[in-house]
Amino acid sequence: MKANYGYLDGSGEYFITIDTDHCTECTEHGCVAACPAGLFEIIVDDYDDEVAAIKEEHRKKVKYDCGPCKPVTDRPPLPCIAACPADAITHSW
Amino acid sequence: MTTATKEYWRWKEYNWHDETMDPKGADTITAGVDIGSVSSQAVVMVNGELYAYSNMRTGSDSPDSARKAMNWALEGTGLKPDDIHYTVGTGYGRVNVPFADRAITEIACHARGGNMMYGSTVRTILDMGGQDCKAIHCDERGKVTNFLMNDKCAAGTGRGMEVFADLLNVSIEDVGDLSLAVDEEPPPVSSTCVVFAKSEASSLLREGWSTNRVLAAYCSAMAHRVVSLLERIGVEKDFAITGGIAKNSGVATRLEKELNLVSLKSKYDTQIAGALGGALFAKALVEKQRKKGG
Repeated sequence: MKANYGYLDGSGEYFITIDTDHCTECTEHGCVAACPAGLFEIIVDDYDDEVAAIKEEHRKKVKYDCGPCKPVTDRPPLPCIAACPADAITHSW
Repeated sequence: MTTATKEYWRWKEYNWHDETMDPKGADTITAGVDIGSVSSQAVVMVNGELYAYSNMRTGSDSPDSARKAMNWALEGTGLKPDDIHYTVGTGYGRVNVPFADRAITEIACHARGGNMMYGSTVRTILDMGGQDCKAIHCDERGKVTNFLMNDKCAAGTGRGMEVFADLLNVSIEDVGDLSLAVDEEPPPVSSTCVVFAKSEASSLLREGWSTNRVLAAYCSAMAHRVVSLLERIGVEKDFAITGGIAKNSGVATRLEKELNLVSLKSKYDTQIAGALGGALFAKALVEKQRKKGG
């Protein structure tokens, strides 16, 4: 399942997508420790799979919470994506 | 002197049960309770068949709304809440359903309910709720494969439509049909914010636009708004709309036109999709529990 967390507003679309089919195979959960803003958590979803998700309190402000990892120039790889061995995480912006 | 003010946004609350069914002694009686931000529904299923439901406005106290919705669904059926073997709570207030055995997100419940309402061929479900909008992609079993939810602003939601109904003094149930009664489709108002859209509509009325034309401009903006959500997950046939806005022909027709698709129609009430999905999950869970228990 592709779980999109985030929103669209007048300024654009801001979604972090987690492909939970890839996520279930992961035992490392590196995204949780890698995110400096602490956006990620491991949950048991509606189908009883253990998967990564974006915490509720961050879902409506991902644009701002992810901002420090997204400088305008010389942008390094995002820590959450780099820490995910399953290639399960993508950002829409 | 007090003046009675008509609440144009207020939609009709109702309950229903199948008088041809006898639930006494049924193997499995399950329920789904969907506590949304604007409306609450309770659905009771008997042996996997829809038996009863209620649809009412959510109050300020979610546990109380859940109890009221359930009691109203059971009214006149002879069943008591204790007769229900398993209950799933869903929706915005799912963790506040005191008698629920489990809470499941409305995304999963709408997909499951949509699968029963529209058949196993449905792949894309748009749930236009009171204060959010969800685009769901699901497989033939009603399992979610992709979803996207926008609950950051009221644009593209039922609440936004209620605001317009009140502004234009048009009953919420008439908005859709009146918006279609225009000779020429006007350009949409702002689709990014209900507050902006409302002030734009006030200006248009002052310019001499008819009520129907303003309604058409808003329904068009709403359809345009949700199309961008749907496009992010990719629209695949068959397509269905659930939630209260599915009953608004003005939005549904314009949405179909923008997507170049005809949405599936169902004999079920579109507002009960979440609660129906909850009751279906409840049935699967109680059967699993029984199997485990021997």
